[in-house]
Formats: sequence, C-alpha cells, structure tokens
Amino acid sequence: MERAASGRGLRAAVLIAVVLGLLAPIAAGLWQTGRAAFGILPAIGATDAGLSPWGHLLGLPGLGSAIRRTLVTGLAASGLSLILAVGFCAAVHARMRGNRAARLLTPFLAAPHAAIAIGLAFVLAPSGWIARMLAAPMGWERPPDVASVNDPWGIALILGLMVKEVPFLLLVILAALTQIPVRLQMTAGRALGYGRGLVWLKIIMPQVWPLIRLPVLVVLAYSLSVVDMALILGPSNPPTLAVLLTRLFAAPDIGLILPASAGGILQLALVGLAFVLVREGEGLAARIGLVWLRRGGRGSSTGPLLQLATAATLALFAAGALAMLSLAVWSLAWRWSWPLPLPESWSLRAWATPSAGWARALANTAALAVCSTVPCLVLAIAWLEGEDRGRMARARWAEGLIYLPLLIPQISFLFGMNVLLLRLGLKPGFWAVVWGQSLFVFPYVMIALSDPWRARDTRLDCTAAALGAGPWRRLLRIKLPLLLAPICTAAAIGVAVSVAQYLPTLFLGAGRIATLTTEAVALSSSSDRRVVGVHGSLQAALPFLAYGLAFLVPALLHRNRRDMRGEAIA
Amino acid sequence: MTLEIRDLSVRFRDQPPLFPPLTLAIPAGKVGTVMGPSGAGKSTLLDAVGGHLAHGFSASGQVRLNGRSLDGVPPEARRIGLMFQDAVLFPHLSVGDNLAFGLGRHVRGRAARAGAVARALDQAGLAGMEGRDPATLSGGQRARIALMRTLLAEPLALLLDEPFSKLDPALRAEMRSFTYRHIRDRGIPALMVTHEAQDAAAADGPVIRLGEG
Repeated sequence: MERAASGRGLRAAVLIAVVLGLLAPIAAGLWQTGRAAFGILPAIGATDAGLSPWGHLLGLPGLGSAIRRTLVTGLAASGLSLILAVGFCAAVHARMRGNRAARLLTPFLAAPHAAIAIGLAFVLAPSGWIARMLAAPMGWERPPDVASVNDPWGIALILGLMVKEVPFLLLVILAALTQIPVRLQMTAGRALGYGRGLVWLKIIMPQVWPLIRLPVLVVLAYSLSVVDMALILGPSNPPTLAVLLTRLFAAPDIGLILPASAGGILQLALVGLAFVLVREGEGLAARIGLVWLRRGGRGSSTGPLLQLATAATLALFAAGALAMLSLAVWSLAWRWSWPLPLPESWSLRAWATPSAGWARALANTAALAVCSTVPCLVLAIAWLEGEDRGRMARARWAEGLIYLPLLIPQISFLFGMNVLLLRLGLKPGFWAVVWGQSLFVFPYVMIALSDPWRARDTRLDCTAAALGAGPWRRLLRIKLPLLLAPICTAAAIGVAVSVAQYLPTLFLGAGRIATLTTEAVALSSSSDRRVVGVHGSLQAALPFLAYGLAFLVPALLHRNRRDMRGEAIA
Repeated sequence: MTLEIRDLSVRFRDQPPLFPPLTLAIPAGKVGTVMGPSGAGKSTLLDAVGGHLAHGFSASGQVRLNGRSLDGVPPEARRIGLMFQDAVLFPHLSVGDNLAFGLGRHVRGRAARAGAVARALDQAGLAGMEGRDPATLSGGQRARIALMRTLLAEPLALLLDEPFSKLDPALRAEMRSFTYRHIRDRGIPALMVTHEAQDAAAADGPVIRLGEG
C-alpha cells in the first residue's frame, strides 16, 4: 500500500500537465472549430447558429475533386507504404541487424517533410534531375511539357509521402518484430513447406499488426491531412482539402473562416471514415486470412513479389537521397542550364547573405526546437518515473492518450486553439508556437523513450535500492545515466518533429514567426531555387545535427564503458 | 541479529499463492537456504523479503529483521543487501564508483571515502582497480566486487539469489567460502535460494525446500 503511494504526487503533476497542457487545448480547439462551423464566432461578429457555413463550403468550386484527391492520395500513400514496408521486411529481415537497419533509416526519419518535398520537386520537375538524365538519350532539347510535379492525380504527392512513411513504418515494424521469435517461427513454417513470403503473411504479420496498428493510423491521419508537402508536390486547382482549408483560413476575407471551420470538421470526418475503413478491413482480412490459412495452401513462390517490393523500396530510398542531395546542390549552384546534370559554375552567394532571411529563420527554428523539446522530455521522464514509482503498467487509455494529438488532423483544431488563446488573452507568437509544437513533440518523445525505459535491466534498480539509494538517487545516478543514449535519441526526435512543424507555426505564430519550414514552403513556389535550396538544406541539417549529437554524446561520455556501447539509436 | 520469516507467501493478482506459507528464522552469521527447482517462486520470495516485488504481486505474512517488522518499509530503508547470479554492476560507473555508490553516507570526506573503497578492493584481492570498466573484469572478479559493494552499504541482512550458479566449478567453491566468511565475520543473517545441493551443504544453516510434494 505504502509503495503505491510513493510517487503519487509526481503522477498527479504529470497527469495535470498532460491534460491541461496537451489535451485540453486540442479538445477546446475542436470545440471552437465546431462552433465556428455552425456559425458561431463572436470574434468576427458571427453569432447566428446555423448551417450556412456548410452551405458556403459545399458551394465552393472544386470541393468534390478536393475531397476525392485527398482520399486518393492519403489512402494510396498509406496503403502502398504499408505494403512496401511489410514486403521489404519479409524479404530482408533475416539479413538485417536491427541496430544497423535503424541507423540507415535515420536520415529519412530526420528530414522534415517539407525538405523532402522541395528536394523531390527539384528531382521530378520537368527541368529536374531525372529529366536532365533522360534528355540526351531521349533527344529532348527543352524540358518536356508534362506536369510531373503538382500533377492532378497526386502521384508526386503520393511518392513524397511514401519517401517519409516507408522508413517510419519499417522502423515501427522492426521494433515490433523484436517482440516475436521470428527466426524460430520462420524455421518452423518453412519446415512445414511454406515459402518465406507465405510464413510472413500467414504467421508473422497477424502478430505484428496489433503492435503497429496505432502508428499505421498515425500515418493514415497524416497523409489525409498533410499541408506542407501537399502545397509543394500536390495537385493544384483544386488542391487537397487541407490545403484548400489553409488558404481559406488565411484569406483576407475573414468571413471565409466559417466555411473553413466547417471544412475542418469535414476533414476530421474523412479521417474518422478512414479509421472505420481500417477497422472493417482488419476484421475482413482476419476472416479471409483464416480461411486461407486453414486451406493449408503452400502456393506458388512469393519470391517475385518480394523482389518487387524490395526494388520499389530501394528506389524510394534512392529518390529520397537524391532529393536531399539536390537541396545541397541547388544551394551551391550558380549557372546550371538545361540539360546539364550538374551546375556549370558554383557559388556560395546564396549562403553568403544570411540577412536575406535564413539567419533569422534558423535562429527561430533552433530556439523553438529547444524550447519545445526540453519540457516535453522532462514531462516524458516524469511520466515514466511515475509509472515506476507506482509500480504501474501503462493503462490502454493512457497509451491512446499519448497518440491522440497524432490521430486528429491539425487543421481541425489549430484554428480553434488560436481562438481559445485570444479569448484567454494570450498573444500569438513565439510561446504560443512552442505550445503548439509541443502537442506533437511530446507524443513522439514519449513513444521513443517508453520502450527503452521499460526494457532496461530493472535488477540495477533493485540493487541500487538494496544499497540504500532512495527513488531520486536511483533516478539521477542510475536510470538517467543508463538511459542516456535513448534519452538523447528521444531529444533528437523531438527536435526533428519541432523543426518539421508547419501548420502550428503558421497558425499560432499568426504568420509572424518565420522558421526554416514556413520560409521554405513559402519560397518553394518562387523562381530562385538557390534560396529555396539554402532553406531546405538548413531545414534538413538541423535534425541531422541533433541525431549526430544524440549518437556522439553517449559514445563520448561512455567511451570507456564497454557494456554501454552499441545501444540502438533509432 | 536475526532475520525472521513467518507464514510468508506471495501471490500474483488473484492467483493461488506461489508456495505454501513459509516460516524460517536465520540467526546472525548463518546462511539459511531455500532449495527448489526453477519456477518454484524462489526469486519472488527474495523479492518479498527485500521489498522488490514487481507490480501485481502481493505478499502476506511477516518479515522481521532484528525484531523490527518490515511491513511497508521501502527497499532502500530495509538495509537488506541483494546479490544475483550475475554481478549486476552498474555498467556506466567505474569499479571504484560502483563501490562508492554502495558505501554508506556516514563515511565523510573525499579521502575517507576513497580509503574505504581502496580497502574493500584490497579485501577482494583487486587492489588498485578503481578506474577499471566493470565490463573488463573476469566473472570471479565481478562477483567479488558485487559482494564488496553490498557489504560497503553495511547491510543488516543479505539475500543471495543463486549467487554462484554462473561461476565455473573451481571458482564456485572459492567464491562460496569468500562469501560465507564475510557473512560470518559481519555477523549478519543471510537468506540464499539455490538449486545446488552443495551450496546448501556448505552453508551451515537451516534448509527449506520449496515446490516439492
């Protein structure tokens, strides 16, 4: 009894911080958006409840295509990413070493969506790298006249999303696989006459799915409501729903805020619908899968399909790497005429004028990253320590609570949150942005830290307690130093998430806080690719730097401690 | 000094108890042994005595150390040392810092504390190894450091969880007599769980069997 009481104060403080700091703003934001969707927004003098915002929204030209494009790109990107990630794992898992694979994925996980999108646009554009490579063999004298970026089918956007999502899903699946005796089950399955791909589908995946369901839903919600990447790569006229709504919210005519809010609720409904689809599909797949399994078919070889998935995944990685490389090349290019594959002359001129805007954006971005990551990290550690002291396992509702901010489309509550801040008398600006970013930094930091925290050798805690060390001494002298590597990794992930935030920075900064991401997105449609290249490179470089430090700091501090080396940096 | 265990049993949630109620009294300087096959709940018994029970486990019965009931006392306040089959040295600390972590607060001053650590190393036959990385020690050296670290905390009782089972046979006899000698010299009671008959035979104390019959 007494044991459970210890740490109760800590747990209560954590709960209050999470509920008031992270969940209440989301709930209140949804509430305000919902009120505006039905005509009530006193700030702009709208007080008549009614359905007119919906009428206005539905009357917007192109809304139907916008919804269709949203669903097609979102569902295709998530579905294809999942298929590729599963196929790739099935093909190469036996040859992968967990840590090294995770390290290879790091650059793709760290690079912000906007940076990848800008780089990919450089690569895919009619005057981009791919077209330049093809120019000589195809005999093109000028860039081909095709919409290879911003195409009406959303192919460029789907590709861009997949470059980011396949690595994320791979990481999640690899983590889940560590909890399953894959080698043994694979051996048993193959000894019964099933090919590798079939064992994977019939035996391994059904066990993996419950462990990756939440992250898959995060990917789905994100793909359906992404704004920055869709602005850069996605279809235009009409764009996807989230982009359309962002424009309405930002329009000079404040009356458009009401239909935009209705759109925010529609966006939420679309994501909810997609979740229902997943749920139904999951049940259907389980029933069909069992019938399939009971028939005992060894089937034909799945080898070619696995090879296809592997090739497609590697091609995506190559595209992502080229995208990041092209950012750096463009930032250093001077003369680069069609159809040369590399610039004719190089220059540091784009870098040499930090006052042109990138210095301030860099300073803002770094400050926001630190100010949002540090409190989130402290809160995550306090949460986990509270669980330890109460000797409690995490409840399912608490796990769902952590994921909640990642499952709700940002566009559905960020405007409402802004209304709330104004009502509370808080000004949009730096600290409002810190708060907005923390909503998304905290879940990722928490998710990154939870598994290593629980996987540590708890006998070390017992030993320290038996030696007379109280809870605080155990935390500071034993747990935190032992978990230094995963804590640094979680911090790096927090920085990457913060740097990548577009919509919270835009909405809660009232457009006045310029970060590398908002600048890069704003510049992406401009003609000067060099300046865009500088912003994109810096945007990708900050998270890389954070990950680099997360790798170096523990390695240096523990350089003389053999058993502390080789920890996963995921 | 005595460690008294009266009608102690442990259960997980609402499952039946892991073992029938256990009663045992270990006088100062003696090693009481609980024998039994793996899975009989031996380690859980030690967790109950040391206050380390994991979430979901609950103990009933009484544990008294020198007449004081340990009911509800957190593990860090029980002054009961704990030894595993692995040494469980803190991998991020040097050998010397591992010992310093165990050394009680009442030894004050940098020189006095360093001296106490050096003496402990000397007793373990490892003089001058303060700066070593614990990962570079041999199994026997690690076991001795773990015992010295436990003793520096000046425990009033010791718990030994299969303490010698990972050592090779030659080392095992040596480590066993090293451990028992320190327990005798300190005059503290020790409770050991093991499945090795030899460990019990050499222990010269009460023996109880778990999970049989």
